[in-house]
Amino acid sequence: MRSRELTSLVLIILVTGLAIWINWSPNENFFGRDVRIRLGLDLQGGIQVLLRTAETDFSRDELETARGVIERRVNALGVGETVVQLAGGDRIIVELPGVDNPEQAVETLRGTGRLEFIDSQGQYLPTGMLVRTSSSPNPLLTELEPVERVEELGPVFQSITDGADLDTGAVQPAFSQGAIGGSRPAVSFAFRGESARSLASFTARSVGQPMCIVLDNRIVSCPQINAALTDGSGIIEVNSEIDRDNILNQLKYGALPVPLVIETSRSVTATLGQESVATSVVAGIVGLTIVAIFMVIFYRLPGLLATVALLIYTLISFAIYRYIPITLTLPGIAGFILSIGLAVDANILIFSRLREEYRRGREIRNALERGFQESWSAIRDSSVSTLITCIVLFLFGTSFGVSIIQGFALTLGLGVIVSLFTAIVITRTFLRLMAPFFSEERSWIFGLERRPAPVAATASS
Amino acid sequence: MLEQLVNRRYWWFRLSFLLIVPGLYFLLLHPLITTGRFELGLRASIDFSGGALWEVRFADKAPDEVTSAEVFQAFSSAGFENPIVQMSQIEVDGMLQADALVRTRALLPDALLQERQAVEAAVNEQIGPHTIERLESVGPTVSRESTINAFIAVIGALLAILLYLWWAFREAPHPFRYGMCAVISIVHDVLIVIGFAAIFSALNPRFEVDALFLTALLTTLSFSVHDTIVVFDRVRENLLDQQPGESFGDIVNHSLVQTLPRSINTQFTTLFTLTALILFGGETLRNFVIVLLIGLISGTYSSIFNAAQLLVVWEYREWRTWFGRGRGESGETPAPTAG
Repeated sequence: MRSRELTSLVLIILVTGLAIWINWSPNENFFGRDVRIRLGLDLQGGIQVLLRTAETDFSRDELETARGVIERRVNALGVGETVVQLAGGDRIIVELPGVDNPEQAVETLRGTGRLEFIDSQGQYLPTGMLVRTSSSPNPLLTELEPVERVEELGPVFQSITDGADLDTGAVQPAFSQGAIGGSRPAVSFAFRGESARSLASFTARSVGQPMCIVLDNRIVSCPQINAALTDGSGIIEVNSEIDRDNILNQLKYGALPVPLVIETSRSVTATLGQESVATSVVAGIVGLTIVAIFMVIFYRLPGLLATVALLIYTLISFAIYRYIPITLTLPGIAGFILSIGLAVDANILIFSRLREEYRRGREIRNALERGFQESWSAIRDSSVSTLITCIVLFLFGTSFGVSIIQGFALTLGLGVIVSLFTAIVITRTFLRLMAPFFSEERSWIFGLERRPAPVAATASS
Repeated sequence: MLEQLVNRRYWWFRLSFLLIVPGLYFLLLHPLITTGRFELGLRASIDFSGGALWEVRFADKAPDEVTSAEVFQAFSSAGFENPIVQMSQIEVDGMLQADALVRTRALLPDALLQERQAVEAAVNEQIGPHTIERLESVGPTVSRESTINAFIAVIGALLAILLYLWWAFREAPHPFRYGMCAVISIVHDVLIVIGFAAIFSALNPRFEVDALFLTALLTTLSFSVHDTIVVFDRVRENLLDQQPGESFGDIVNHSLVQTLPRSINTQFTTLFTLTALILFGGETLRNFVIVLLIGLISGTYSSIFNAAQLLVVWEYREWRTWFGRGRGESGETPAPTAG
């Protein structure tokens, strides 16, 4: 009996210690695992978009490829904590936290791997330079070059070709033969349609002039035109094989296999998010405090123990949010605050039962054990039914975007499970440990009172 | 008084009826009467009806310096016909700022950036410096799907709960009744919540049924069944321990009285947390919390005054007398109690 309580107590201390450790681990790093609290887009600002394929005729593989392409592009933004995932049969969810001009970021992500030839007006532009072209005047600004205004990038150059006309099948590794100093690595390409025609006519007009090759608004090279590219195909010379592979990847795999349209987008500024965080924190603390006061006034010592259990419950919950990790959204926080209500309810069920059993004339330990036993079936069944609702919410929450309803279902569901542990293990052990200090005269500390004339127990099984 | 909980069951049913009927009126008839067209009296948010929602803040303008007509004009000139504009104020660092919530059609899927820039330019020119704090745009495909999913979610949750209770109460006589009565009382709560939402939609132009509302509805559902289970669990326990001379109605009444302190206390604690959310939780969550509050109160009411009472109605098969000569309101109606 004593040893069982001791084991539970050790378990509780271990779990609580672990939770504290995770919550306050130095540099928010727990054995190499990043345990920062992840805030959803609604709390830290950013954009969430649902990209849908514009055509109905596409394969699952193509969609998966598109996802990969977008993911590579998102990673190139370097904003961190991004989400790119498939949802339903025909869409891709992209979440970009903390982007200042979210709509612009998304526009560019959605772009194909855009290979363009521009009329550089006779200039040889340096490799890697960011330029504005007539078909893409607002290039995405990455973290490496935080350019405040696109106007500072200079003039808009006339695009000769449209990236959408690139024939990705013709993008192949190649070697340039005629260059000075022998062969150099190169990438072959071919344009179709209108782009092929305008490329042919421009090169025919400008032999001896430079023409710049631009990939997603960056200068790749500015070769001199030696002859007209009559069929719209040619090669891009590069300096090294590494460069060649990069360009090859971007052209070949950087092109989206299916065109995507933006079905849904939600963007929130960081300011609005911070306001929400601040208000929910206040609401959470105020709510917890009032509940604690109520529990102590109404149930005395058991109420105090339940409050301690509730604090441990909060610690464990946040440790889990940090460890898994679970992204906290505004509905997610609401789910957590509600789960406090559930956690308290389990305790109330037990204490009410304890009072009842004690009034019937049972001895304290006996009343305690029966309190737990008899309330268990109600706690179990109600927890399961709440879990069922959470699962249903989680399953159908996808079409509302990953983090809105699912966040709520996740924190509430998790809360149900954790609250089972706190009510059944923590509160129970605390109460058992306190039971030896109980006496008739001090029964008020336990919030208990006997009926003056104890009636014969009705239930005696 | 407490001994009469079960005997007064038809009173409780009537009260529920009284609460549901106005909501149903606003849900089904009010729009027909006021506009002449039949439609549901719920204002669906962009989550369900599609469209875009903009929140525009004017940091250097007091709330009375920007009118909704100006905002309407700016959005119209940027290509968004008939925007719905609601002005409010936001306190930032002790300063009141004008804040506009604007609802428009969804952004063109191909021109997200251009459309945003058009609005920014128009607002800048016609009103002044501002920030677009929030811009949500939901296309027709997703909103249609969300609506369907919302229905599936509610019905799916109801079915799952029915099946689970049927199984969980398999040791009690007639386990199906427990599941069914719980589901009926949940339907009661869903009707109450939707009814109130319809009333709010009619009275408050800012009230919308959105994804958060659905969340509140499903939470109501799960908390209601939670309360119902606590009562049913006691009924089951007392039934296995039935004393001679104790009728089914007596047992249900005892069970209700025994679980009453718990129901009240739990209700109090959730009320506290929700009130804290209303007072401090900010504008975004307010509607959500108010709906939740109504749902939770209704859930507790229905578990005590509907679900458990329905068990008694079912036990005595009272519907046989509903359309006959008067009702058996005594609860002492002799009826088969065998399992």
